[in-house]
Amino acid sequence: MRKKLLSAALCLTMTATLFSGCGSDSGSKKGGDDSKGKVYYLNFKPEQGDDWKALAEEYTKETGVEVKVVTAASGTYEQTLKSEIAKTDAPTMFQVNGPVGLATWKDYCYDLKDSDLYKQVKSDDFVLKEGDKVSGIAYVIETYGIIYNKTLLAKYCEMDGAKIKDASEINSFAKLKEVADDIQAKKKDLGVDGAFTSAGMDSSSDWRFKTHLVNLPIYYEYKADGIDSTEAIKGTYLEQYKQIFDLYLEDSTCDPKLLASKTGDESAAEFATSKAVFYQNGTWAYGDITKNGLKDEDLGMLPIYIGVDGEENQGLCTGSENYWCVNSKASEADIKATLDFMNWCVTSDKGRDKIANKMGFVTPFKSFDDGYSAKNPLIQADSDLLAAGKTPVSWNFSTIPSEEWKNNVGAALTEYAQGTGKWDEVQKAFVDGWAEQYQATH
Amino acid sequence: MNHSIKKYFPIFVLPTLAAFVIGFIVPFILGIYLSFCKFTTVTDAEFVGISNYIKIFGDKNFLHSIWFTALFTVVSVVTINLLAFIVAMLLTKGFKGTNIFRTVFFMPNLIGGIVLGYIWQIILNGILAHFGVTMQYSATYGFWGLIILMNWQQIGYMMIIYIAGIQNIPTELIEAAKIDGATSWQALKNVTLPMVMPSITICTFLTLTNGFKLFDQNLALTGGGPSHQSEMMALNIFDTFYAKMGYEGVGRAKAVIFFILVALIAFVQLRATRSKEVQQ
Repeated sequence: MRKKLLSAALCLTMTATLFSGCGSDSGSKKGGDDSKGKVYYLNFKPEQGDDWKALAEEYTKETGVEVKVVTAASGTYEQTLKSEIAKTDAPTMFQVNGPVGLATWKDYCYDLKDSDLYKQVKSDDFVLKEGDKVSGIAYVIETYGIIYNKTLLAKYCEMDGAKIKDASEINSFAKLKEVADDIQAKKKDLGVDGAFTSAGMDSSSDWRFKTHLVNLPIYYEYKADGIDSTEAIKGTYLEQYKQIFDLYLEDSTCDPKLLASKTGDESAAEFATSKAVFYQNGTWAYGDITKNGLKDEDLGMLPIYIGVDGEENQGLCTGSENYWCVNSKASEADIKATLDFMNWCVTSDKGRDKIANKMGFVTPFKSFDDGYSAKNPLIQADSDLLAAGKTPVSWNFSTIPSEEWKNNVGAALTEYAQGTGKWDEVQKAFVDGWAEQYQATH
Repeated sequence: MNHSIKKYFPIFVLPTLAAFVIGFIVPFILGIYLSFCKFTTVTDAEFVGISNYIKIFGDKNFLHSIWFTALFTVVSVVTINLLAFIVAMLLTKGFKGTNIFRTVFFMPNLIGGIVLGYIWQIILNGILAHFGVTMQYSATYGFWGLIILMNWQQIGYMMIIYIAGIQNIPTELIEAAKIDGATSWQALKNVTLPMVMPSITICTFLTLTNGFKLFDQNLALTGGGPSHQSEMMALNIFDTFYAKMGYEGVGRAKAVIFFILVALIAFVQLRATRSKEVQQ
């Protein structure tokens, strides 16, 4: 008898271990009943992951609706979403990065036309539409350009033989190159390692060039041709793209041969410790570069000039690649709960305070106009340039046909930078690759 | 005894069988089905026939990755087994501190592939920096980097298997050979090697399949760079699945081909080495 009991107990333990994996989740559920629905937000931005979790807890406390926030690790959003959305407990709220991302997920996007959130959006420029259907709504507007160290640049302006007397004189590629070359030549006197931070091609940093910088030749080509997307790019402004990339390589803190392993952190650290004057990045980098004692008054942002006619009037690159979508395959109750949560985030005091002041997001929602605007010198630089009548550059990189295209251009750029590949390869990846990827995905 | 084994058979087998079915059989069959489909998520797929398989042949990177993987596997199987066997021979001679050495050699195997990959990336990049280049400079660096990394990780594990094999050889066999006047080389070649053949079978099988399936280390060490030149098959499949929109099915099709290839080679290898094993 005892033996039998023992073996039965053993068997129980064995089967128990099988299920323990699935069981561990249930403990974390916070009260909230099914009729109210529940929200599962798959967040894209790791920097704000904790803020979203805190906000979700507030909401649950207030309304009793369960909100789960999961943040995908940097660079793995698409794959996380792909596997999460196939589950029974799929995300009810996710995001796409623009028209190309939408093409993948359009079957999963709920029409937000009648939602309260859509009523808060200032203009249709900030939504993703398919015909009349509103599939995605941008929740953060970001800006990038060439961030510069005001203090260092002012110091340079006072030096003998400085090419400019004030930062505002930089209004074209020629001027930028003149200044950068001169800073590079006088780097010892200025106490820096180079004019630009290292153009790291590690995956933590290469998106600055294969996605953000590449936006400029695409933007100017679209503008010249009067289009807003294309199935075959011509590469009209590739020469200018090469020009600016060459400048990043030449007037840099490091030998271009080492760029392949340079990370985004290294580049940010060089800027944060005043080892370089210029750093191409955007408003989201504010936290990273002020960690080491750079003050708000040290920071400014210039448009990325690449040498196109009429670029004196060019502003910073402003747009969004973060569009909220609601999973149309979720249950009615869950969809309703999600819409309510979204609306609460952008209209309640707690939500607005968190988003504007804690996360530092500039949003396209009307509700933020009364006193909830994010403040940092980089966002300020954008408003100043807008006020001065400069034309912002739109984010056309969201029309890039696939991730693969970016990866191939990035790889070709890396090889070009370290001298193992020719610029022709970049051109090929850019022009031929575009048509190829477009064909493959349409 | 027999009776109770029969009686408790389902209780002991079922959990494992269930795990095997859920974790292996079902995904495997689903995977084969999906390789004939176009899909975004695995739950809603649309049957498209063999078009995914046709697309594979136009993919130069995949063909390159097959050759790169094959070359890597050949080199790593030879180096790992040779070095592991030498270390095993040395550590069965009865030196002082043998156990400490065995432990130390075995340790790298306890660290995960991704972690190892990043650690070695830092080490190798640090060394290469003296020559003004990085791992991304050329696929040759990536290749030898991977070989060094895999040797470091796997020698300890294979060594343990070889040690077990060597210790199982009856000492009288070696003694008899010595009395007959065999040199130590002859004793090694004609006695030790045939006797450890089962260990060789298992070790070549493990290193061979590990070489083909290598993923974590490849991802962490080079990420396939420069320009997919150091990309191995598993990583290529991963990239196809996640980075190209609409190519999920092609990724699955590649995975099926990958499976057939690895299964075939492993089968041939097992047959070949098994036939050389001797009965004690």
